[in-house]
Amino acid sequence: MIRRTTLPGTCALALLTIVASATGAGAATRLTVYTALENEQLTPYKKAFEADNPGIEIEWVRDSTGVVTAKLLAEKDNPKADVVWGLAASSLMILDAQGMLMPYQPKGAEDLKPSFRDAKTPPAWVGMDAWMAAICFNTVEAEKKKLPKPTSWADLLKPEYKGQIVMPNPASSGTGFLAVSGWLQTMGVDKGWSYMDRLNDNVALYTHSGSKPCKMAAAGEYPIGISIEYTGAQQKTKGAPIDVILASEGVGWEMEATAIVKGTQKAEAAKALADWAASRKANEQYVNFYQVTAHPGVTKETPNYPKNAEAAMNKANDFVWAAANRDRILADWEKRYGAKSEPKS
Amino acid sequence: MSMLKVAAPKPSFFTVRQSGRPVDPGERWLFGLGMGGIALFLALFVLLPLGTLFLRSVYDRDGAFVGLANFAAFLEAPTLVRSVVNSLTLSLLTTAVTVTLAFLYAFCLTRTHMAGKGLFRLLAQIPLLAPSLLPAIALVYLFGNKGILRGLLMGESIYGPIGIVMGEVFYAFPHAVMILTVALSTSDARLYEAAEALGAGAWKRFVTITLPGVRYGLISAIFVVFTLVVTDFGVPKVIGGSTNMLATDVYKQVVGLQNFGMGAVVGIVLLLPAVLAFVADWFGQRRQMAQLSARSVPFQPRVNPVGDRLAVLFCALVGGLLLGLLGVAGFASIVTFWPYNLTPTLANYDFAEFDAAGWSSYANSLTLAFWTALTGTVIVFAGAWLVERAPGRAAMKGGVRLLAILPLAVPGMVLGLAYIFFFNAPWNPLGWLYHGMAILVLATVAHFYTVSHLTAVTALKQLDAEFEAVSASLKVPVWSTFLRVTVPLCLPAILDIAIYFFVNAMTTVSAVVFLYAPETKPASVAVLNMDDAGEVAGAAAMAMMIVLTSAAVRALHALLSRALQARTQAWRRH
Repeated sequence: MIRRTTLPGTCALALLTIVASATGAGAATRLTVYTALENEQLTPYKKAFEADNPGIEIEWVRDSTGVVTAKLLAEKDNPKADVVWGLAASSLMILDAQGMLMPYQPKGAEDLKPSFRDAKTPPAWVGMDAWMAAICFNTVEAEKKKLPKPTSWADLLKPEYKGQIVMPNPASSGTGFLAVSGWLQTMGVDKGWSYMDRLNDNVALYTHSGSKPCKMAAAGEYPIGISIEYTGAQQKTKGAPIDVILASEGVGWEMEATAIVKGTQKAEAAKALADWAASRKANEQYVNFYQVTAHPGVTKETPNYPKNAEAAMNKANDFVWAAANRDRILADWEKRYGAKSEPKS
Repeated sequence: MSMLKVAAPKPSFFTVRQSGRPVDPGERWLFGLGMGGIALFLALFVLLPLGTLFLRSVYDRDGAFVGLANFAAFLEAPTLVRSVVNSLTLSLLTTAVTVTLAFLYAFCLTRTHMAGKGLFRLLAQIPLLAPSLLPAIALVYLFGNKGILRGLLMGESIYGPIGIVMGEVFYAFPHAVMILTVALSTSDARLYEAAEALGAGAWKRFVTITLPGVRYGLISAIFVVFTLVVTDFGVPKVIGGSTNMLATDVYKQVVGLQNFGMGAVVGIVLLLPAVLAFVADWFGQRRQMAQLSARSVPFQPRVNPVGDRLAVLFCALVGGLLLGLLGVAGFASIVTFWPYNLTPTLANYDFAEFDAAGWSSYANSLTLAFWTALTGTVIVFAGAWLVERAPGRAAMKGGVRLLAILPLAVPGMVLGLAYIFFFNAPWNPLGWLYHGMAILVLATVAHFYTVSHLTAVTALKQLDAEFEAVSASLKVPVWSTFLRVTVPLCLPAILDIAIYFFVNAMTTVSAVVFLYAPETKPASVAVLNMDDAGEVAGAAAMAMMIVLTSAAVRALHALLSRALQARTQAWRRH
């Protein structure tokens, strides 16, 4: 194949070919949208938006909350994303503090619940829906192991749950972080940490993603997963023998939100997406997955979704506090529980 | 930019040949440029990004210069120091197990007359076909809390050191076998005949001829395995439980804590084995003598009924375990709802259900793998040849050699992160590469440069330098010797390298996870995303697609190799 050709010539040819194949660009207005939405939400959201906005195409970049936030921060000097659609509000606050977001008041944003938008005018971000920490409890495995059903966070400290609980690592998972921040806010900082100290004794392992503990509970790998309420409902509908429990003390929650990235070359299309993401139509999409949405008028019954979700949400949830203290909380958490090197079984 | 410079010598090459002048000056100039091109490639895609990473390690998150504060913080964090201990002990343990098994396996393949060598050769490659997440997923199905063979662990948990070592042995095994097979496959039968004539027993021949002969390959294998394991994050990520390793710490620092400075620091700590590997390579290189001189007689294993049967037994056991683990992953991919509903289904292959990219990520992987194999093989073999065979300054060669070894110790996460800092920097004229397929290809070539380089070097070292000396005295241009003698003689190794690149490009996760764009997302990243989200069945299904593709390519390679063996390797037999 490379007989009778010069060696450097062949290298050059190969490199040139790669280069050529890389520069073939597309047409149309393509928005690069960074998101931490669950995978099954991407296709319906994209379809619904594109149907209303012909000429604009969404290209998703999806990962869990920590990864998307890290990626955006890493690209700070040369941002690749046009819009962030579906990222934790506390992460967007960190980006906003770094001056990375373009404030914009979407059409109809004034109709949304006040707690679901940035307090500034125009807002740097606008909320979509809320998700919260829930306990997924595998009834089949619990039966075998004679484990009682927990109803509160305090219950999880019972000695019989030793090594039976999985929860997300707050450093990587938005769900893990909202749970931790929820405990610190409702119990107070000192009591919150001492609660987690004792919980840590019962935790078998900390997962990277927020939905995984519930899926592990659904598969019986560990009977109890601290996870997302929506994942619980979804797994139960798929046939998993689990109960989805909202702790009686109230649960930590987080908001998914939309923001435009400062420096985007496609501001008009980005604004169109921001407008749509705040619309009633968009909220009707969100409600197919999460019961608590930004739009006050939009509600729907989801099969197996825990009852009274909105009532269980911690009323005093302070995102500003959570965003401002994120670094310190995660460093403390890492110091206390990250060193746990022996897995408990 | 680099291709323009590399292309420059082309006209002069023809003038030199046509004018029939003495070959030396023109050649030297050409080699200098070739070497410069390789050095430039490695500098742009390994050294400079890493340099940016080093810079980053002395800045805090807000971009303020903090000196060595990040390093001090590293040493003060008990978690991270613990990770160093975990990484070292588990990697050493894995290396000992892997290299021992791989050596025996490679020995059976090359030095016995056992049946089914072709099959065992293929079996040994199984782990290469899959992302490192796959053995971990399979181990969970086998030994997890609901695992099929849970009882075998006698109450110990698979989530932790046991799972990590088992998964890593699976993952690293073929890499060691590949190097050791190349090292063991060429030896001079005259040495063995002489030893036998002098009355040396089998053991003595093994210790005095075989072991010294493969010493260089053995050292390479040890370092390759150690650094592979120390830097792998796929296995500990899936099955490590709360056992932290340095590679997963990089991930945590960067992804979770968004602490790029600290991620960079941990990455730099992980670079230390590269320095060790270089020192070892340098020493090995000093001591290594060409095994195959122009007068060599290829070694031909003799029939030994007992030994050959033991060899088959051993290889069947090891190969069976490798195949078994793959089988479990295949099983995982067709189960409806593990472990409560075991009805077989193909629903898990409907990837759009778990991942927005659906099947398109699979197509992306094919493109990525093709280009990586083509570009990587050309660059690596040319580079190895320039370093080992072409005239040139020793300092330059040493530099290129160090650069070629460096990528092995760079965890994919770190390389990916370094690429973001380097290629996404506003001042970088190469910024247009960012977010295209090209950067994935180049990152993958750089990431897997070292093992391919070592394979090429090992193959080249076994050819006597007299080939070049004779050509020179006959006034045959050195590149002519390269294309007409060296390349054909090394074709099996070259094909191995191409396939190694292809399959690794199919399976790599870490190098590309920070670099992929929506339209270039590879299948392996889809596996990671699905596993992360807890969609283990979907992840297993996509991993199986990667395995099946890689297996098909390997099958093609086996056929091609056989044809080549007949055409270009007959000299080894007679």
